[in-house]
Amino acid sequence: MSEITPADLGGVGGLRWFWRQLTSMKTALILLMLLAVASIPGSLLPQRNQNPIAVNEYVLKNEGAAKWLERLSLFNVYGSPWFSAIYILLFISLIGCVIPRMLIHIRALSARPPKTPQNLDRLTFPRSAQSTVRPDEVLDRAQEWLKKHHFRWERESDSVSAEKGYLRESGNVLFHLSLILFLVAMGVAAGYGSKGETIVVEGDTFTNSATSYDNLTNGSKFDLRKLAPFTLKVDRFVPTYDLATGAPIDYKLYVTARESDGAPKRELIEVNHPLRFGSTNIYLQANGYSPVVTVKDGAGNIVMNGPVVFLPQDTNLTSTGAIKLPDATPTQLGFVGTFLPTATMDKVRGGFSTFPDAVEPRLLLSAWTGDLGLDKGMPQSIYRLDTTKMTRIGLKQLAVGESWTLPEGVGSITFQGWVRWVNLQVVRDPGKEVALVGSVFAILGLLATLFVKRRRLWVRARRDEDGATVLSIAGLTRQEYEGFEAEMNDFWNALTAKGEVR
Amino acid sequence: MTSTNWAYSSNYLLYAAMIVYTLAMLSAALEVAINVKGAKVLVTPSGESGPRVDDTKSERWGRIAIALTSLAFLLHFAGVIARGISAHRVPWGNMYEFSTTGSVAVTGMFLLLLRRHSLRWLTLVVTFAVLVTLGSAITLLYVPSAPLVPALKSTWLVIHVSAAVISGGVFLLANAVAGAYLYLDRVESRGPRPAWALKIPSLDALDRLCYRLVAFVFPLWTFSVIAGAIWAESAWGRYWGWDPKETWAFITWVAYAAYLHARATTGWKGRRAAWLCLLAGSSFLFNYVYVNVWGSGKHTYSGL
Repeated sequence: MSEITPADLGGVGGLRWFWRQLTSMKTALILLMLLAVASIPGSLLPQRNQNPIAVNEYVLKNEGAAKWLERLSLFNVYGSPWFSAIYILLFISLIGCVIPRMLIHIRALSARPPKTPQNLDRLTFPRSAQSTVRPDEVLDRAQEWLKKHHFRWERESDSVSAEKGYLRESGNVLFHLSLILFLVAMGVAAGYGSKGETIVVEGDTFTNSATSYDNLTNGSKFDLRKLAPFTLKVDRFVPTYDLATGAPIDYKLYVTARESDGAPKRELIEVNHPLRFGSTNIYLQANGYSPVVTVKDGAGNIVMNGPVVFLPQDTNLTSTGAIKLPDATPTQLGFVGTFLPTATMDKVRGGFSTFPDAVEPRLLLSAWTGDLGLDKGMPQSIYRLDTTKMTRIGLKQLAVGESWTLPEGVGSITFQGWVRWVNLQVVRDPGKEVALVGSVFAILGLLATLFVKRRRLWVRARRDEDGATVLSIAGLTRQEYEGFEAEMNDFWNALTAKGEVR
Repeated sequence: MTSTNWAYSSNYLLYAAMIVYTLAMLSAALEVAINVKGAKVLVTPSGESGPRVDDTKSERWGRIAIALTSLAFLLHFAGVIARGISAHRVPWGNMYEFSTTGSVAVTGMFLLLLRRHSLRWLTLVVTFAVLVTLGSAITLLYVPSAPLVPALKSTWLVIHVSAAVISGGVFLLANAVAGAYLYLDRVESRGPRPAWALKIPSLDALDRLCYRLVAFVFPLWTFSVIAGAIWAESAWGRYWGWDPKETWAFITWVAYAAYLHARATTGWKGRRAAWLCLLAGSSFLFNYVYVNVWGSGKHTYSGL
């Protein structure tokens, strides 16, 4: 590179210097390695957008360190300013490098092969001999061979100049342009994408609107009113488990889908087979049990009748949850529950499940009275009971159909049965097709740039003082091209027949 | 045969393969030993001195080592297939199977590339590495043959993992070549090569060999990452999510891309390129070992 430093240059010169440095190969390489190094912490520390619960646990455990990690965006590495800075600089460097290269290559595509050099001996695999054939005849043969092997050639007065392998540079440019496509795809996803999750109980219908989601993130440019208009009724969720190990073998979710103006259609969603509505996909993410209960308060009114979503705690789907009855009289009622699909009792562990399917379902309840704390307007987890202002009035284990009359005349609860729930993820990513096109281009470009070899060939044939034909060939390539010698030999053999050469 | 019979056959085939690998390793070691014993130090007229070997005696053992490695490969491959038959699926659903399949890919790619490249000097290293992998798989990672978890039920499992496994096999070979380069570079800086290293190609040839291996397999690795992204899109709702496994696959990709650029454009040959290649290969190994066994994220299928 040049020895000039920015101090020697004025404002414009300094800018030009900066630009040249940024778009130099060395800088691009450093940025590339920096990007690799910068992505490491995100794989070792929990990341907020992937696993917010793990981040919170980590923060609680390491309070002092967490403060600094937070400041350095280390819980959100891939969205952090410094990570963005690296890849934005890298892409500027890449664009600054590839666009001029592309323009040069476009010009080169229509250019003729370069003039035959005066001295062929200095090039690769030079070869020379005297021949009995006329020079024109030799050059005709050369032309024939070059045509057959798809070389681009130019006949000069006493020589032929040829070149092949332009596809290499085309592939190179295509590959780097495809990387820009990835950036575009990411941008489209960030601007126009949306991703939401929702838990739906068997028998319920999900309507695709912003309020139906448990959580929803959307791109800055995406209008939530434009969510794909559809409803989805969860008919049945059918899991299959290995009887010996309890490992899941298969999950099948049967739904009835309906677009705003269409007729209802029965569909099947599986783990690797989402339901697709245009650029919106619906994925089956998780599943669990909802015990169905009927709760009566002290006055005998039914204050709750239906399924309550419980969250699975282990692979055998021991599930926990809370039932909250703020409207019960004379006092607010709450239950902390554990649902065991296949119940087993143990002196040490208490009640737990030994199989994920509901073979021997039991509902373990502890009942609480007092203030549920829902009136303060503070958001509360629906899966946990805040018992700070409550008193426990009893414990009970129920089988399906059994009822429990609560002490102190505060009401009763009946375990009617259970249904399953599924966690659906609804994703809209209009950029993914761009990314797919980018990937195809990237691979094609790579194949061309790594396997096509660009090389030049020359042949010269002229008469010497004695009237004999002197023919010489030579080649040139800047790549590591193992087969070049063989190709040159083949070329030579095409120009010279037996007995002609001396 | 029943599933259980196939599973047992798989185990026996793998044990048999380990025995033959051991014999292959011993033959390869014998080749080196004979070379070292028969080496003569010649003083050339120019005054340079260095050992010379007469390989007429050792050559036979080198060939036997390759023949035994090929036999071991067949047994190993049959063992992997039997495992697949016993589980009614592709034999890469957990860490034990990744290791047995991954090591068969290393041997397979070694034997395949041996036809075009001078790689025979690597027999000792390859058989040793495969033996260690198989041994640790059988003793530490073994899990009984079982069906797949629902998330792995996809055609992409076949495409994505087989591409990754083959790429990994070649990456490890390239790593061995780069490692040999760096070691011999140090040895040669102190004096002539010792007798045991005489059959290894020149530094320049090692450098080129390493580049060719990486250039050959880099598009396949790219494809493997993309196939994984397509699968992730249909399984998890996003094609890229910076899951630890994805992140390390990306790091490996970027490191090899840097290697190829450095070597092709800025003319970084030799030592620095070899270090870069080792670094890239290590990120692949780290991804395989650390992320599979201790890591978190969505790619946790090790069964441990």
